[in-house]
Amino acid sequence: MLVEGIKSRPVYKPFEPVPGTLHLFVADAEGAEAILDFAPKTPEGFFDRSHILYVPRGAAGVGYEDQLRALKPAAMYVGPTIAAALPRVTKELTDAHMGTQLYLAGTEGLIGQAMAIALEAGIDQGSIQREHRGSEERRVQCVHCKGITENVTTQPVKCTHCGLMLLVRDHYSRRLGAFQGVCIDAEQPGTAPEPEEAF
Amino acid sequence: MTIEFNNETFRGDFTFSNSQRAIERFPFPFHEDKYMYAVNLEPHVAFRPGSVFEQPFDVDEHYVGEMNDRALVLNEDPLRCQSLPHMNIAGWDLLELIMTSKAASYPQWFELHQDGDRWHWINRPLGIDDTFTFMDNATLPYGPMEYILRQTQGDFAVLDQRENNLWMDAGMITTQADWSLDFDLGMNFMEWHGPVPLAHEMGIFDRALKFLLNVRQGQPARRLNWTMTVNPRLDTSPENYHKWGSDRMTVNADNVGELMHLRVELQSFWRLPRSNALVFPIRCFLISLQDLATVPKWGRRFHRVIRDLPNELADYKGLTITRPYVIEYMSQFDDGAETSPGIFAD
Amino acid sequence: MATKAHAPTTMIEVEVVAITVVSDIIKRFRFEPVDGQPLPVFGGGAHVVVEMQDGDTQRRNPYSIVSPPGTTDHYAVSVRRDDVGRGGSLYMHNSLQVGDRLFISHPVNLFPIDHRARKHLLIAGGIGITPFLSMMAQLEAEESHFELHLSVRSDGGFLDEIHEHYGKRGSFYRDDRGEVLPLAALLAGQPLGTHLYVCGPEGMLNWVLKSAHDAGWPSQNVHYERFLAPPIGTPYEVLLAVSNITVKVSAQQSMLEAIEAAGIDAPYMCRGGACGQCETKVLSFDGELLHNDHFLTDDEHAGGQKIMPCVSRFQGRELVLER
Repeated sequence: MLVEGIKSRPVYKPFEPVPGTLHLFVADAEGAEAILDFAPKTPEGFFDRSHILYVPRGAAGVGYEDQLRALKPAAMYVGPTIAAALPRVTKELTDAHMGTQLYLAGTEGLIGQAMAIALEAGIDQGSIQREHRGSEERRVQCVHCKGITENVTTQPVKCTHCGLMLLVRDHYSRRLGAFQGVCIDAEQPGTAPEPEEAF
Repeated sequence: MTIEFNNETFRGDFTFSNSQRAIERFPFPFHEDKYMYAVNLEPHVAFRPGSVFEQPFDVDEHYVGEMNDRALVLNEDPLRCQSLPHMNIAGWDLLELIMTSKAASYPQWFELHQDGDRWHWINRPLGIDDTFTFMDNATLPYGPMEYILRQTQGDFAVLDQRENNLWMDAGMITTQADWSLDFDLGMNFMEWHGPVPLAHEMGIFDRALKFLLNVRQGQPARRLNWTMTVNPRLDTSPENYHKWGSDRMTVNADNVGELMHLRVELQSFWRLPRSNALVFPIRCFLISLQDLATVPKWGRRFHRVIRDLPNELADYKGLTITRPYVIEYMSQFDDGAETSPGIFAD
Repeated sequence: MATKAHAPTTMIEVEVVAITVVSDIIKRFRFEPVDGQPLPVFGGGAHVVVEMQDGDTQRRNPYSIVSPPGTTDHYAVSVRRDDVGRGGSLYMHNSLQVGDRLFISHPVNLFPIDHRARKHLLIAGGIGITPFLSMMAQLEAEESHFELHLSVRSDGGFLDEIHEHYGKRGSFYRDDRGEVLPLAALLAGQPLGTHLYVCGPEGMLNWVLKSAHDAGWPSQNVHYERFLAPPIGTPYEVLLAVSNITVKVSAQQSMLEAIEAAGIDAPYMCRGGACGQCETKVLSFDGELLHNDHFLTDDEHAGGQKIMPCVSRFQGRELVLER
């Protein structure tokens, strides 16, 4: 269960059908289940106007590709990593019209990165739905060096860029798609606690 | 440098000091012997000549020193000043507001000559004499917001108003107490206040937001906020926390009066005309405890406020480690006598 | 500038220096400041509240500023004469003369340009064109991408002016020629990042808003302004608990106007039921609250604890407000 009550974090909830001329899905790992659970709620012909971009990400995503193809979306792309998939999101949105709806499902990392790219491409917040599935790993921006550390599951965590031990705060930036990390032993350097699994 | 402006530092050797006049006009924020959050907004109108409330944008003896420190911060970290593209018009609105206000408030230091959209701005204390075309970014050395805020004391958040909310879409934040512009850029009012303890439950932010959404042209508002800092350090950013955080461990019973500073923010809120944005200046005033204690009423009151502060607030106000020293030190100035209501010295 | 501190806003004294006939039902009024000081700069879409003394009745009506935002030596407003209204427009059309003086508020903007937009799609009906005139002047000065689609009964008097300034960016659809605004096509073909702005009669507004929603436009990209005048009704009384006085609201008067006429300082901003500034707590009532605003939610309307006195009314034996 994700920590609740974090005011800066988007609200994640199950997808709802909304009117639209193009429905674009971007998902990783167990996020595929969000799309599969959603399909029965959609009106006739919905997937004729849908594109799916899916990133399985190893063991967590095995078996979903075929199930998603069975929905018969108008287009489907399966990518090896989130980074490889993101330029396709940009391209889809560059030529899109008002009435395009974006559905993001899976880890917070995928949702955050895809959302930042999408907003940059001109889609508005109000056309984006987000459903969290699977791992609660976080992306963390080090407030000191601005580097982002991926797939964070411990508290604290060592910044993979500058090496400071960071307290992973419950403060989230939609623009960066990451949580804030602040040096945990600034007042007494060297006293950082051992990292423990937390997310 | 003139006699009017201090040549002082807010880092390293910390040569900052307050003259007697600066101590007398310090905006002591406590109107009673205890502290709890309140919306505490009032109209920003001229009040008490000589005080920090007299002019729309106050300029004091620390002006040059603060601007020098800002330039150093921006040199090391340009991300402390950012403006999302759609906030450019708001930047020009702000430049106009500050230039016209300061030229009217302090004609001995600032002059603005406008010939249609050809403007000529003179800033004597900083030795600036520039001509530019209003609304044409190419005629200024920086974007309009950055240009004018490199010449204005205090941090500034420029907020876009839409969807019945305020969005932190631009700002110059070099003297902040513990939040990061780069991280909070793009957040709305409730989101950027996320980490503040207790206040959400009290409905403070709902009421404050409603008020701020309705601030109109020609009717600015203001309020005071406070925190504590070790040393007269302006740049207490989270970005540099790993560099200054250990300051807190250097405080002891002998040096607490000299090292611990009360830091008061005079915040104001202005509606900008062309962009309909809301600008939020956060002007910072610092005073050491030993200077604060030279005003008897403030010495007594401050002791009581810190002694009785709820623990969550004490943490949030930067007092976790140093609080016992502060209470002990200030107790010598509290004889238990009654204090008069209001913030001003007797 | 010559002002009077008139709570809740500071007002500016102006003189009517010109009255121009725009069409058979629209007149344009030019106001210049009495003290000769520059008027405040504002943003496209802003309005001023015009305060006029019509015999014993003090009127405060909001009008969009139609002169360009950078113009500070005068403001202009265009007023449509409403023969069955409460009399504000009739007063301006029939009684106000060149040389008369009145007070206006500082500009207030409840319908601003959204500068994030990559394109601005402006849709207007009839007198709903007025906020777009200052908006287009600003969009043009900022070199933004915009188009206007204006639906009118016949030549309402603005078409030439718009065509002259904005050329192909303005499209017109005249009822009297059977021309219809191609809304569905417009909504389907816009690039991402387009913002829609609509102002016009209630029926047209609702048609555009619903169509945009059904076409998948998010509400954040859709901006609108309603010109809602307080409706006429039957007279009633209101007890103001804090001031401890009873106020009579006449058929033609809004609750807010009656409260102001009694000398009470009540907050307001749009005077049209949209902005929320005049929201007042209902302490008790015996009768029916007649909500006409667009600010409170359906639950709040049903809850009976809040009311917007600028446009809403009451019917019954007793109403007590916290004012």
